[in-house]
Amino acid sequence: MEDTMALQNDLTPVVEMKGITKHFPGVTANNQVTLKLYPGEVLALLGENGAGKSSLMNVLVGLYRQDEGEILVRGTPAEIHSPKDAVQLGLGMVHQNFKLVETMTVAENVVLGLKHLDFIPSFSEICRRINTISRQYNLQVDPRAYIWQLGVGEQQRVEILKLIYRGADILILDEPTAVLTPQESGELSRIIAQMIDEGKSAIFITHKMEEIKRFSQRVQVLRKGETAAVLETSKTTPSELARLMVGREVLFRLEKKICCPGEPVLEVKNLCASNEAGRPSLQDLSFIIRAGEILGIAGVAGNGQRKLTEVITGLDRADSGKVVIQGKDMTNRTPLDLIQSGVSHIPPDRISMGIVGDMSVASNLVMKEYRSEPVVKRGIFNYKEVAKSAKEKIDAYNISTPSQNTEAKFLSGGNIQKIILAREIGACRGLLIASYPSRGLDVGAMEAVRLQLIDQRNIGNAVLLVSEDLEELITVADRIAVIYEGRIMGEVPAEKADIKIIGHMMAGASLKGAAQAAAEAELGEDGI
Amino acid sequence: MRLYFEKRKTSSKIVLICVPIISLVISLILTGFLLLVFGVNPLATFSAMFNGAFGSSQNFAETLVKAVPLMLTGLGVSIAFRLRFWNIGAEGQLVLGGVAATWVALFASPYIPAFLLLPSVLLAGALAGAAWAGVPALLKTRLQVDETLTTLMLNYVAILIAEGLFYGAWRDPGGMGFPGTARFPQAAWLPRIYGRVHYGLVFALILAVVLWFFIYHTKWGFELHMIGKNRTAANYLGVNIKRTILVSILISGAFSGLAGASEVAGLARRLQEGLIQGYGYTAIIVAWMAQLNPFASIAAAILMAALLVGGDQVQMMMRLPSAVGLVMQGMILFPLLAGSLFSEYRLRISRTRGEETP
Repeated sequence: MEDTMALQNDLTPVVEMKGITKHFPGVTANNQVTLKLYPGEVLALLGENGAGKSSLMNVLVGLYRQDEGEILVRGTPAEIHSPKDAVQLGLGMVHQNFKLVETMTVAENVVLGLKHLDFIPSFSEICRRINTISRQYNLQVDPRAYIWQLGVGEQQRVEILKLIYRGADILILDEPTAVLTPQESGELSRIIAQMIDEGKSAIFITHKMEEIKRFSQRVQVLRKGETAAVLETSKTTPSELARLMVGREVLFRLEKKICCPGEPVLEVKNLCASNEAGRPSLQDLSFIIRAGEILGIAGVAGNGQRKLTEVITGLDRADSGKVVIQGKDMTNRTPLDLIQSGVSHIPPDRISMGIVGDMSVASNLVMKEYRSEPVVKRGIFNYKEVAKSAKEKIDAYNISTPSQNTEAKFLSGGNIQKIILAREIGACRGLLIASYPSRGLDVGAMEAVRLQLIDQRNIGNAVLLVSEDLEELITVADRIAVIYEGRIMGEVPAEKADIKIIGHMMAGASLKGAAQAAAEAELGEDGI
Repeated sequence: MRLYFEKRKTSSKIVLICVPIISLVISLILTGFLLLVFGVNPLATFSAMFNGAFGSSQNFAETLVKAVPLMLTGLGVSIAFRLRFWNIGAEGQLVLGGVAATWVALFASPYIPAFLLLPSVLLAGALAGAAWAGVPALLKTRLQVDETLTTLMLNYVAILIAEGLFYGAWRDPGGMGFPGTARFPQAAWLPRIYGRVHYGLVFALILAVVLWFFIYHTKWGFELHMIGKNRTAANYLGVNIKRTILVSILISGAFSGLAGASEVAGLARRLQEGLIQGYGYTAIIVAWMAQLNPFASIAAAILMAALLVGGDQVQMMMRLPSAVGLVMQGMILFPLLAGSLFSEYRLRISRTRGEETP
C-alpha cells in the first residue's frame, strides 16, 4: 500500500494520527488507527455507521481524548484537548449538525468564542473581512443576516467561512453533502477545489461512492474501528470500496417483484397549504397511491416535500383540498387519528423528531404499540411484553445496541434509523410515508432500508417515498412524481425514468417541456 | 495538568444518586464558612440543628409537620417539571387551597352533612389548587404565554386574596384583634396522628406511591416522559400534548391545593398568617433534589423540613438567625443544578508532557 503513495512519501503529512485507540464503555470505537493527510489533498474517510469515522475525527479536533496513540500536526507532536487547541493548530471541523446560534447574525457567529476580540467588537470591520473571504472563495452570504433566516446550504457556507476566518487550513467535513441539494453540493465541490489549490487540505467523511470520485485523491476505508484499506481514488472502483466497507458484496440493484396495484390507499386531491409567512407551499397538488405500489416524490429539498408529508400525517394543516386514506376523508385530522387509520411515517429528522433520545431503545421501539395490548393493558404497562417486543425488533432489524435499556441517543445514526423503521413498519396498516429514509446511512444500512420499503409494498401496503436520491427513487419506486414549488410537474414510471427528464422537471419544466429539453440536449451533444 | 469535560457514552446512574448527597455536603461546608464569620462553631451549630430536627420524638414530629406540605407540593411540582412546565406557583396553589378549604369549613358547613365535611374541605382545597394552576396551563397551551411568569405572579395574587380575607372579611370578630378567621367546626378538623402531625402525612405517602406507579407504569406516565424529553417527537407519535399538559398541571396544582387544605384543617384549624411559609418555593428544591422521583421527594422533603426546624432551634439555643436553615436550603440548590452536568459529562484530568505545542 505504501508504494502506491511514493509521490507523497517525501512530503511531511500535515496531519498524522498514529495508532489511535479509543474505547467507550462496551465498544472500541477506534483500534490502532493510523491516518495521514498530506498538504493539498482531500482524503475521503469512508465507512459504515459506527465504523469509527466520527470518533476518530472527534479525537482529532479535541472533542474526545484518545486512550492510546499520538497525533502529529505538521510533523510536531500535538496535544489537542479542546476544539480551541485544534483551531490554534489550524484544524477546523464542519459538523453534520451545524453549531451555529440561530438568533445571532452570521458575523456574530463567525467571531463567537474568538479569544482576541475587542470588548466592543467592530462589526463593520468583521463584516468587511467576511466579505473579503466571501469574494475570494465565492461563498455568498450576507454577514448581517440572522442564522435562522438562512437555508441549510447557506448555514454550511457560514460554517466554512467561520473556519477560514479563524485561519484553519486543515478542514474536516463530516458528511457535508447530506443536507445539500445537488446544486449546492456542486458549489461545495468547487469551494473545496479552490481551497485545495491554495494549499489547504481536507478530510471528507462520506458514505457516497460518487462523492469519493468527485472530491478526493485518496480514500481511507474504516471497518469496525480499524483501517480496512488506504487507496488512491483513481485506482479503485465503487464496488471495491463497498466491499471493503461492509466486508461483503452489496447489491446495487434490488430485486423487485412486478408491481400489481390494488385499491387506492392514499388520494391527495387539489391540496393547497401555505407556510408561516403565508406564501403557498403546496399548490393544487393531486396524486393517488394504490395498495402494493411505491410512489416516489423527486425534487430539490424545500419545494414542499416536508409540507406534503406533514399535512398527510396531521402534523400540519391544509388550506384546502382533501387527503383521503382508505376511502375516508382524513384532511386536517390529528396525528393520532392518522396513526390509527394505519399511517406510518419515517420522518426526515430522525434525531429531533423520530426518537426520544433520552428514553431507552426499548421505550422508543414501543412508542406506537403502547396504545394497545399486550404492551399496555387497561392503561398499565406490561414491561415483560415491552422487553419481548423490543427484543424481537432488535433481532429482526439487526439493531446494534449495548442493551435495550441504553438511551437511544447513544446509538449511531444508522441504528437510530433502524429503531424508527422497526417501530413504524411494525405499526403500518396501509400507508407508509418515508422521508429521506436512507439519508446519511452507509451502504449496508441503506440497502436494508430500501429492501424494507419494497417488502412493505410487496405485502400490500402503499408507500410514499420522498427522496433526493434519484438512484434510490429509480431502484425502489414504481412511479416517480416530480415536485417543484409545491406542484407536481409530472409523473413517470420508474422503469422508464430518464434521469435527464426528471432533472429538468426538478428545475421547473413540465413533463413535456422536460422531454423536449432533454432531447434537444442530446441532439446538441450529437452535433458536436 | 489540565481539567476538561468529556461527554459520556451513557448517562451515569451513580452520578444521579451522588449529586444530591454531594450537594448537601457542599452546602454544609459553605454554610460552615458563613457560621465562622458569625463567630460560632459550625460543627456545634450543625449538631444543634440535627438535634433540633431529630433529637427527640417531639422534635422529629415537628420536622414531620413541616415536611408534610413540602412532600405534597414537592410531588406536585415534580409532575410539572417532568413536562418541562416550570410551575413555580405551588405557593399560590397551596394558599388558595387553604382559602377554599376555609370557605367550605366555615361557610358551607351548614349545608353539608358532618361526615362529609372533612372530605369536602380537602376536595375544595385540591380543586382550588388545580384551578389556580389551570390558569397558567390554559394560557400556555392556548396562547403560548410563558408559565414561569404567570405561575410566579399568581402566587402574589393568591397570598393577597388570603390576607385580604383573614385581615378583613373573614376575620374572627371574637379573635381579640388577632388576624385570622374563626376556628373551624370540629367536623372539619383533620385528625392528628402524633403530636401535631396530622393525617396529611398519610395522604402524602399514599400519593407518592400512587404517583410513582402512574409515572413509571402507565400510559399517562409514558406520555409525560415523551413530552418532557422531546416534544416534537411526542407530537409526531400522536400524543395529545395540550391535553396531557393541561391535565398534568391540574393534578400538579391539586397536590399543592391539598397541601394547603390539610394545613388549615390539620394545624391551626383556621386560616391565618401561618399558612404562608414559602413551602411552595422550597418545593422546587425538594423536586430537584429528588431528581423528580416521588419516593426521593419524601426523603428530600423531610431533609428540607429538618433544616427549617433545625434553623428555628439554633435561633433559640445559639441566638443565631433562624435563616441559617434557609441559607442551607438555598446553597443546596446551586451544586444540585450544576451537578446534573456530571451525569452527561465526565471530568478528565490529563498530564501534559514537557513540551507544549503553541
